[in-house]
Amino acid sequence: MALLEVKNLKTHFFTRNGVVKSVDGSSFSIEKGEILGIVGESGAGKSITGFSILGLIDSPGRIVEGEINFDGKDLIKLSENELQKIRGDEISMIFQDPQTSLNPVITIGEQMMEAILYHKKGVSKKAAYEACVEILKTVGLPAARKRMKSYPHQLSGGMKQRVVIAMALLNNPKLLIADEPTTALDVTIQAQILYLMKKLSQEFHSALILITHDIAVVSQLCDKIAVMYAGRIVEYGSKEDIIFNPLHPYTKGLIECLPKLNDEKKRLYQIPGIMPSLLGLPQGCYFKNRCEFSDDECDTYPLQQEINGRIVFCHKVK
Amino acid sequence: MKFFKNELVVEFFEDKLAVGGLIIFIFLCILALFPSLFSYQNPYDLTQLFLENSFQPPNHTFWLGTDEQGRDIYSAMVYGLRISLYVGLASTVLSVVIGYTLGLISGYYGGWVDTIIMRIADIQLSFPAILIALIIMALWGEGIGKIVIAITIVNWVYYARTARGVVLSEKEKDYSQSAKALGMSNLGIIFGEILPNTTAPIIVIATVRIANAIILEATLSFLGLGVPITEPSLGSLIANGYQVLFSGYWWASVFPGVLLMVLIISINLIGDRMRDIMNPRLKR
Amino acid sequence: MLKYILNRLFHSVIVMFVISFIVFFIMFKAGDPVQLLLPPDATQQDVIEMRHALGIDQSFIKQYEAFLKNVAKGNLGNSFVYGQPALDVVFERLPATLELSVLAMIFSIIFGVPLGIIASIKPKAWYSKAIMFLSLSGISVPVFWTGMVLVLIFSVLLGWLPSSGRGEVYLFTSAFTWDGIKHLIMPVLTLSFFQLALILRLTRTGMMEVMMQDYIKLATAKGVPRRVVVYYHALKNSLIPLITVIGIQFGQLVAFTIVTETIFAWPGTGKLIIDSIQNLDRPIVVAYLLVISFIFVAINFIVDILYTFVDPRVRV
Repeated sequence: MALLEVKNLKTHFFTRNGVVKSVDGSSFSIEKGEILGIVGESGAGKSITGFSILGLIDSPGRIVEGEINFDGKDLIKLSENELQKIRGDEISMIFQDPQTSLNPVITIGEQMMEAILYHKKGVSKKAAYEACVEILKTVGLPAARKRMKSYPHQLSGGMKQRVVIAMALLNNPKLLIADEPTTALDVTIQAQILYLMKKLSQEFHSALILITHDIAVVSQLCDKIAVMYAGRIVEYGSKEDIIFNPLHPYTKGLIECLPKLNDEKKRLYQIPGIMPSLLGLPQGCYFKNRCEFSDDECDTYPLQQEINGRIVFCHKVK
Repeated sequence: MKFFKNELVVEFFEDKLAVGGLIIFIFLCILALFPSLFSYQNPYDLTQLFLENSFQPPNHTFWLGTDEQGRDIYSAMVYGLRISLYVGLASTVLSVVIGYTLGLISGYYGGWVDTIIMRIADIQLSFPAILIALIIMALWGEGIGKIVIAITIVNWVYYARTARGVVLSEKEKDYSQSAKALGMSNLGIIFGEILPNTTAPIIVIATVRIANAIILEATLSFLGLGVPITEPSLGSLIANGYQVLFSGYWWASVFPGVLLMVLIISINLIGDRMRDIMNPRLKR
Repeated sequence: MLKYILNRLFHSVIVMFVISFIVFFIMFKAGDPVQLLLPPDATQQDVIEMRHALGIDQSFIKQYEAFLKNVAKGNLGNSFVYGQPALDVVFERLPATLELSVLAMIFSIIFGVPLGIIASIKPKAWYSKAIMFLSLSGISVPVFWTGMVLVLIFSVLLGWLPSSGRGEVYLFTSAFTWDGIKHLIMPVLTLSFFQLALILRLTRTGMMEVMMQDYIKLATAKGVPRRVVVYYHALKNSLIPLITVIGIQFGQLVAFTIVTETIFAWPGTGKLIIDSIQNLDRPIVVAYLLVISFIFVAINFIVDILYTFVDPRVRV
């Protein structure tokens, strides 16, 4: 059985201007120790998918439909108390911007120890403290013991993200959700952090959901890839299939966009147009206005097709 | 009717309390604009006051009773409302104009101009506003014009500081820099480029401060240092009535007080809503 | 740190110096207190003698020079009306004023902060809206009006509470005797009503802004219980700016005792200053304003020091 199975997840935001269907019927699954990449443009619903798993959707948003089966439980049906026990323990999360994800007025040490003390009853403060120091060393933070007493503003962005990662790994979670973990960092540090995350998730036997807009990142790290567009998954399959043999025109476009070292003469490809606003989605396939293959058939939303163990939503894929 | 299609305006009207405040405020403004139409006695006209009518409780002739001079409280309230509103609006407009001009100049030119203006502001801000107004009025004597000026002297500082802060941040923004690159004059940039970009926050701050100005006027009048009872504002009516409160003539102070409260709450309801709309970070 | 303190001190001394000069000048221009002090049948000779005795027959420069010389000796001159040293007169009444202000501030914080938090957690709930409407009334009601209504209800109609005076005083305050407490209730409520509403609103806004921050979401994602997220993570962040507000507002409270003391005939500095301004009693006015501005400076200073303790990002 899969570690996490998301079925037909719908998370909608009820705003003054109408219902924003940020996630509208996503299904995917992840096995123990696997790395799943969720790729898409900003606003495609990747982050909301991640937050939905942990039940972190704030008003006016709400999960309106679907199942999130994790380790035999449907997370959507759990109470806030039960969810709280899972958060940070069995499932933890890493946010996009390390500059804003640590509380500025609480020491690093205290913020880290919280993650242990609220989950593992009977662990002494001293033991928790030592565990934190240990894990800070593991993520490669220099002067780890000293850093426990530091406040976030005393650390650089890269160091903060290492702290956030360490914090997420403290309780040896079964699933780690990383929401654009390197976007806010310098390019030179990005690779280090990504490599660290891959290494650690293997060491800790954690499954990892990596949410990113950068298909180059997922192509290096992930086992499976889900491509999201305007709130829906348009293609979902193994990394090899998606990267080397994309079927959906949008996925093809994303891969075309990657700069390739071997043919320098070609200009970088761009997908024409922009993703439609979630409040003004076109009738039929959401991608049709930017798609070179679209015709009358695309005026209805394509049904799910399963081709050689991968899933794709497109009329033009036969 | 482009105004009503404006998104901010639509949003304003979504809040029932704010709309209620606006309706009450407009109604009170109409009363204040044409006091003689809505009252049956002119409280300034001494020939209409009869001492034998003094301290009448609310009744058919005098809806809300009379004071010791036989002045009809209801009519006096309508006229008092006019004066309270006038003082609030006039002093706010004056302080916005003066404060913003000084603040814009201070922020844009910097240097010694900035130092002088901001030092004055600092010293003034190291005292509570009411204390400064109180000293000015105590030494200068009562009067409507005087109190407008006293409130302006107290309030310009807040606008000057806000304006200066805005200019300092706007100055660095692209549009100011490009205006400069295009060879626009300094004053042209301030009034042509920066000012229009700061009107929205000014309006919001000013709305809230009208209420403050009215409260300040009423407080000074209550202390006997504001508007004389011969031309009563709501504050001086309350002060006048307060002196006989212990004798049981409660209507002389309570009714003007309620009206003052309603007036200020209506302004604050409007101001609150505008501030919420302008502050998108707090939207949920 | 020491350098910072000295710098601040130097700055404050300059400000107070400027204030004394301005007030001195205004009072000099305002008129001749002798007319108010002498009985109507006083002779011209009496006037001249009194003016000489008070030292106000000299030029402005000479008078200010004499004032500065006195200040150097720690003396702000004798009150024209009371004949005693002005500072003594002010200090004698200061405890009554500070008592009102401190109690009102404590009351406002004790009720304002929790109510603000409650209204911030579920802003759309009916009780949040009720709290917000009440707080809007709070900032809309002039201090004197609150006092008046309280007097009307509790003194005139019900006769439960005394409407004037300080009652029995024990050790600088009325808070230790039952009679004193009865006298304190209405003035303190009057003074704190506006402050309470203001602190409530600022707490709410602060909490709502903080609750939207990523670190709050991460704390929740970490499995920290909701109440700890709200009352520890969020509150700690939103209370820090509140310290500044409370500091500034304390000064406002001291100023608004003028109104409260007038209504309740409270024998503090507020009543003193109103009387002294009207009597053109320059030494008292100058002394009062210097004391007030000293309190302001001291509070600002305490706020800055507090900041370095509660906000790790600030280091002096």
